[in-house]
Amino acid sequence: MKVEEFREKQAAAAVPEAELATLVEREFSTIGRRLRKVDGADKVTGRALYTDDIALPGMLHGKILRSPHPHARILSIDTSAAEALPGVHAVITGRDMPVQYGIIPWTRDEEPLCVDRVRYVGDAVAAVAAVDEDTAIRALDLIRVEYEPLPAYLDPESALAGDAVPIHEPKRPGRNGNVTKHVRLEFGEVDRLMAESEVVIEGEYFFEGTTHTPIEPHCAIGYYDPSGKLTVWSATQVPHYLHRELARVLDLDVARVRVVQPAVGGGFGGKSEPFDLEFCVALLSMRTGRPVKILYTREEVFYAHRGRHPMKMRCRLGADRSGRILAVDHRTLIDGGAYASFGLVTTYYSGQLLTAPYAFGSYRFDSTRVYTNKPACGPKRGHGSVQPRFAFEVQLDKLAEALGMDPIELRRRNFLGSGTRTVNELRITSNGFLACLDAVERASGWKERFRKLPYGRGLGVAGSCYISGTNYPIYPNEMPQSAVQIQIERSGRVTVLSGASDIGQGSNSVVAYIVSEELGVPLEYVRVHAADTDLTPVDLGAYSSRETFMVGNACIDAARKLADQVKAAVAEAWEVPASRVALAGGWAFDSADTARKMPISEAFNLAEARFGTLGAVGWYNTPKDIHGEYRGGTIGASPAYSFTAHVAEVSVDVETGFVTVEKIWIAHDCGRALNPVLVEGQMEGSAYMGFAEALMEQQIFKTAEQGREGLHNGPSLLDYRIPTSLDTPELESLVIESVDPEGPYGAKEAGEGPLHPSIPAIANAIFDAVGVRMDSLPFSPPRVWKALQDGSARERWEAARRTGARVSLSRATSPVRA
Amino acid sequence: MHEIVTLVVNRDVRPVGVPSHYTLLEALRYGLGLTGTKQGCDKGDCGACTVLLDGEPVLSCLTPVWEAEGREVRTVEGLAGPGRLHPLQDAFDVCGAAQCGFCTPGILMSAVALLERNPNPTRQEIREALAGNLCRCTGYTKILDAVELAAARIAEAAGASGSASAGGQGGRPGEAVAAGARAPEGPDTAGEREGGA
Repeated sequence: MKVEEFREKQAAAAVPEAELATLVEREFSTIGRRLRKVDGADKVTGRALYTDDIALPGMLHGKILRSPHPHARILSIDTSAAEALPGVHAVITGRDMPVQYGIIPWTRDEEPLCVDRVRYVGDAVAAVAAVDEDTAIRALDLIRVEYEPLPAYLDPESALAGDAVPIHEPKRPGRNGNVTKHVRLEFGEVDRLMAESEVVIEGEYFFEGTTHTPIEPHCAIGYYDPSGKLTVWSATQVPHYLHRELARVLDLDVARVRVVQPAVGGGFGGKSEPFDLEFCVALLSMRTGRPVKILYTREEVFYAHRGRHPMKMRCRLGADRSGRILAVDHRTLIDGGAYASFGLVTTYYSGQLLTAPYAFGSYRFDSTRVYTNKPACGPKRGHGSVQPRFAFEVQLDKLAEALGMDPIELRRRNFLGSGTRTVNELRITSNGFLACLDAVERASGWKERFRKLPYGRGLGVAGSCYISGTNYPIYPNEMPQSAVQIQIERSGRVTVLSGASDIGQGSNSVVAYIVSEELGVPLEYVRVHAADTDLTPVDLGAYSSRETFMVGNACIDAARKLADQVKAAVAEAWEVPASRVALAGGWAFDSADTARKMPISEAFNLAEARFGTLGAVGWYNTPKDIHGEYRGGTIGASPAYSFTAHVAEVSVDVETGFVTVEKIWIAHDCGRALNPVLVEGQMEGSAYMGFAEALMEQQIFKTAEQGREGLHNGPSLLDYRIPTSLDTPELESLVIESVDPEGPYGAKEAGEGPLHPSIPAIANAIFDAVGVRMDSLPFSPPRVWKALQDGSARERWEAARRTGARVSLSRATSPVRA
Repeated sequence: MHEIVTLVVNRDVRPVGVPSHYTLLEALRYGLGLTGTKQGCDKGDCGACTVLLDGEPVLSCLTPVWEAEGREVRTVEGLAGPGRLHPLQDAFDVCGAAQCGFCTPGILMSAVALLERNPNPTRQEIREALAGNLCRCTGYTKILDAVELAAARIAEAAGASGSASAGGQGGRPGEAVAAGARAPEGPDTAGEREGGA
């Protein structure tokens, strides 16, 4: 095709000339529009390739043998019969890679295959590679493992008991090996202010564990090629961390390891650290010289877990009679499961992330994470802070009730504000929480309906905040947290090599929108290649809601370097100042005279002639002065925080205890919605997942009395109930844009924050409906029914109706113990 | 033991040699390389493997391969026409109904069966038709929006051309999007552009 023809075609894809003038008026040409995703067509046609969709020539199939015991010593493993089975190419055990790994460098405590001890039912013991899956399964049956059972601890209290066998050897002699982390932090004079409080609310809360259940099971393929290079394709959220850990455990040069992330079928935190299968496919390929694939069964996904930690929380909240929060004191026992995972961070997050959006006069938390003989808990969407948020927002509702105050008004009174620091010294930039409260109040008809609906129907409110990425990487380093490389081809096609992990949230699309915005190319000219450690710069991965904020800023950085070159070249040709040259909608044009213009590819060609081949890297690193100056003060620090408020409406069937959530109104301050469709999708998906935890989900295990100690109660998508389209309430998204000073175009996170308030909003709505407090999750029919049997429930409901939503200054003159 | 089973998949006659215990899902994915149909669980709980068998949605992971012999199998790969998406596919793309996209092929097949049976379903009828397909990303809202949008567009196209099976238009990422019940920004151009591929 001749260049002229190409330009003609490109001009057809660009915005019509007549609209150029309007582009000058508009703040953005791509940002903020309801656009398709760049990979949308691939996903709706089934063309997108997920890891299990990849088949390599000569590929073998692997399977992992798992422990039937919750806690046992491995005395011996005999693999000879398995090795002798025709079709089996390799069998490996823990002795073949006895190196401990873990996502947090200070708490490495896992082995890809257990060396001498198993710590939960499902712990990996051996792995085989065979010509096909059937043969691999038969081979597992032939492996003989001799175990010596040890006492198993299924709850943190028994694991903490003095005579408990340590699940891991204590780090220092004399320490309790079953305590993985203890954090106690105090800010301000908690005891004095609590004593001076005119109202004190005390409560005990229990948050049941839940798991992620992405619909795609974990899958990995390893290939160690004859040149000595290892490639691992994996359904992971963290290619970079996996890259490092593979090299370390297998004792390979990192430069000879490549990690490729194909399309990922959901993660929610469940794929954000290395797993046994990734090490096994690598070593099995090294042993056989052939590609090896392992696909988890759904049952294995439940045992891989890393989901929400069960937490027992004792909470005290002191306030004056105007509702001002004077003191907050939380003591939390965290059930960690068999390994550390992200537990160090979880333990901090269980306290650190509670200090916004409300101003606390003083704050103390004391959190202890304990090993138990169950699958390891880890980061699930809203990592570590969903549980205390549930407890605290119910506490606030009780406070409002005690004060006879509208719970939305109570929250407004305690608003932390923007451009400030929290009690634990986290830096808050933008804060749209008040607008969130206003939005859900208006949309839900709160003023007309709260405390006024008939018995059995109620409204509840809750708020929250969440991080837009962590301020510090998991392993200490000063390097950028996110980076991209942009290349411009002469046709006008722009290629972005992005390290970011798109796990369905749409980070590849966000990258493309930003590059389109900055370089003025139509979106279909932008190609994004992501998350391949051989091709793309380092990005830390899809966790802690960091991608839009961090890779977004990296894209702006790279694209503006190129845009400056293009503008300079065009300005030179037109003999106008570069500041007058605009790039938008497929054109370079003179913003003072839009009749003067050229197709963007022509502008790129001018720039290439002037400056040489066009390419740029861009990166983002966090500001380093925004955290507390105390041990642990860096954990919880984020460049920006999102804010959310929900109102939930419920119906409670008093006969059965069955709670129906009719609707959730979700107002979320995402800074700026780079594409509102994607933001709404995150808000709705989050609210859904919180709703599911509130009413349905339980990651629980059988006790010895129930027959099989440590066995998952129902490791299938039938028995572990996640909501269907019939269960899920109507969800209404209300996007609030506070425009953050440091976010890309003002954007903050939207993927995790909007989960938090679902649960307490539903609990508070149940109280409004029927006068019972649900302080333990889930709010399943037996629990709600049991609570309703308390004869005074109806009385409390009527009392709440009487006090209504008015501020009473006369009631709470002496401390009220609720 | 392997045996040859002759399947009719998306109108292609495809003999495939598979172990006799294979399910239709395994035959499609591992025998024929049609990986659009997904496996999310191992036993009929999640619906990601939904395909149409003689027009009826079935769980291909619970369907022994020989049960599909001589019947018409339709998978997500058979939905789009050359250079254009099926209206449901287009609406899923427009509405943001596919996040991770893993449940999407199965949900599309359930939705195709619904609209072929009931071209103008209520939102509740859509919820019921999709109740066997788990989605973990979206909270279903945008999926319901997408099915409604597709139904409206199919009806519109049928009204315009007298044909109920008019295909949708392939989308490009650059075009403005209408999101179901939500007002689009500016004119909805999704139906006016040419094929995406």
